[in-house]
Amino acid sequence: MTAQVNPSLAACPGCLVVPRDAADEAQEAARLALSLPGIHCQACITTVEKGLNAVPGVNSARVNLTLKRALIEAAPNIHATDLIPELTKLGFEAHELDLGVLSATQSDKAGRDLLMRLAVAGFASMNVMLLSVSVWAGASDATRDMFHWISAAITLPAIAFSAQPFFKHAWTALRVRRLNMDVPIVLALVLALVTSLWETSLSGEHAYFDAALTLTFFLLAGRYLDFRTRAVARSAAEELAALEVPRAILLRDGVEAEVAVGDLSIGDLILVRPGGRMPVDGEVVSGQSELDRSLLTGETLPVFAGQGTVISAGEVNLTGPLTIRATAVGKDTSLHRMGDLVAIAESGRSRYTSLADNAAKLYAPGVHILSALSFAGWYLYTWDLRTALNIAAAVLIITCPCALGLAVPAVTTAASGRLFRKGMLIKDATALERLAQVDTVVFDKTGTLTAGTPQLTNLDDFYRADLELALALAEASAHPLSRSLAQAARDAGVSAAEVTDIREVPGFGTEAQYQGTRVRLGRAAWVDAPSNACTTAWLDAGDGAAPRGFEFTDALRPGAAEAVQGLLDAGKQVFLLSGDSSEAVEGVATRLGVSDWVAEALPEDKVDLIQTLFDQGQKVLMVGDGLNDTAALTAAHVSISPASALDAARVASDIVLLGQDLTPIAEACDVAKRATKRIRENFQLATLYNVIAVPLAVAGLATPLIAALAMSTSSITVSLNALRLR
Amino acid sequence: MQVLTFLIPISLILGGLGLAGFLYTVRSNQYDDPEGDSRRILSDEWDDQPKP
Repeated sequence: MTAQVNPSLAACPGCLVVPRDAADEAQEAARLALSLPGIHCQACITTVEKGLNAVPGVNSARVNLTLKRALIEAAPNIHATDLIPELTKLGFEAHELDLGVLSATQSDKAGRDLLMRLAVAGFASMNVMLLSVSVWAGASDATRDMFHWISAAITLPAIAFSAQPFFKHAWTALRVRRLNMDVPIVLALVLALVTSLWETSLSGEHAYFDAALTLTFFLLAGRYLDFRTRAVARSAAEELAALEVPRAILLRDGVEAEVAVGDLSIGDLILVRPGGRMPVDGEVVSGQSELDRSLLTGETLPVFAGQGTVISAGEVNLTGPLTIRATAVGKDTSLHRMGDLVAIAESGRSRYTSLADNAAKLYAPGVHILSALSFAGWYLYTWDLRTALNIAAAVLIITCPCALGLAVPAVTTAASGRLFRKGMLIKDATALERLAQVDTVVFDKTGTLTAGTPQLTNLDDFYRADLELALALAEASAHPLSRSLAQAARDAGVSAAEVTDIREVPGFGTEAQYQGTRVRLGRAAWVDAPSNACTTAWLDAGDGAAPRGFEFTDALRPGAAEAVQGLLDAGKQVFLLSGDSSEAVEGVATRLGVSDWVAEALPEDKVDLIQTLFDQGQKVLMVGDGLNDTAALTAAHVSISPASALDAARVASDIVLLGQDLTPIAEACDVAKRATKRIRENFQLATLYNVIAVPLAVAGLATPLIAALAMSTSSITVSLNALRLR
Repeated sequence: MQVLTFLIPISLILGGLGLAGFLYTVRSNQYDDPEGDSRRILSDEWDDQPKP
């Protein structure tokens, strides 16, 4: 993806339709990135690119299907807000990405570096293997020596370049007097090269140049897979962070200016438009509206906000524009203070040692002892340093953790790839292993099991005339309840009544004149209706009758029922834990068939429940999205959050659900279980090869041919076994 | 054995060529979007090069 800053270099035909005057401005072209979670095929690529290129001012647009992203070079006056409606018209969901947060270039560089080393090791080992096969096939005397010398000439520089990551890691471990997997690897490489050179100079029969190179190659392949998995997860996590472009509208002497949230200070007047999120803690100075607090507290009922109302960062403004005065900014906001709870909660992650670490702890000292013992044994037996060193090198090479190095990354790559295609992003390396142990699942309600959008429940209770009136009033407002009501009424085939003088009263509802009388749709107090516990919008039809209530319930997220059922079927205990009122929680719990639920839970209560379950020896999976779940997400053994969650919640969780659908959760548990099983199988396979080959090596019967065979077959079987997961 | 003086350099050069080719593909960003590239061949649009 070459940066096409200069429009005359644009190579795609779509760019020819761009009016030149738009692009010829002397200013630097704007680079935009859009996240396109919905694209999946070549028709999508073509449609999106064509659609974007047709927008005047866009110089070039290129879709990256792997990252599900579009990169756009456009004239400086083009903003993402101009392009997103175009894509929505074409039927694609699109979100703006903050390019500053996406540091893809950095991880690219490290990945490319590993790939280069892998390539050098691969091609060098092919050449050396060619020469080695001739030696094994019977080349002798001068020819064999020449082949060995050529192999040495290829191997030494190739290893010096390719094996640098191992040298570096081994050195960092040794400097602090510790052992890691890289120490035996480096020892084996160095010993193999030294003994082979020595043998070659004495016209010896056995040289391990090919073994040293293939070893480097296989180990680098493991490292590269591992890196790729993590890079994909990181870039997608960065993408999620980049979705929240932190800007606020600052009012300076009555003039609106768009500034970064980080630049706000206490006492600033900030304008928050309907649909916007509060950037700071503060107090409403003017304006009336309703606030959605669900991300902070889990409550689904919107709260009225007028002059003097205290608001916290993270709340969403629903109906009218609000001007607020900042009372706390940045780290002092309640949003951040809630984040501090996370630091206190003990992380489930830190209590866990991965299977690979366990294996390395056993393996690294074992290999050194075995090799040292065979060296000592043979030296005492023969008093010949050359034989003893040769055998020690052979033992090290044969036991070298080729298969061990591939055992975990090959499986996690296959499993994460599979889950990524299902819409799940594994952020933490050991998340799969921890997920496999889960026996209890705790769900948050608002925003996790429910979509956070209201759904009308009592449409059939109304006369058609009332519905027509309600639809006319609801269409004038962008309030979630109004939109849901309008949608439901239209779906039922209702057409709007003729009303005049329609206006929205922010924070209360909508009002109009209908056949000479005033009609209203809004909150209870405004239309003199009795208030009730359920989310209700009241219609005052102006006919003297009592106001009629439209009742709403929180719609379940797609796949919520299937996910819960799947988990219950798998024999897991499912809890529902929410900060919302008892009625709302009980309703959802009954609909999903969950018998254990807790309502009106404070963030501390959530952590306490997780801690109690942990003390009972249960492994808890926490699924949540709100700020009030963050501490619980951290405390749980493993945690999942949907992409719509707040940044803090996503950071605290190990796995992120990219789509709307919850169904993959049940499948993820299953995949994780199988992945862990494969990892164990891989360790067993690797051990099996060692059990066969090591006695040969210790007995001095191993030849470079046997070493090459054992190494390649074990690495290949381990990789194939991992591929069964895809 | 005279033939080895040709064969060995040839095998080394061929290996080197393969390596150089691979490094070229890495440097020209051909692994950035494997999924998209594999789909683009199905598209009738000439989006990488102007139509001849």
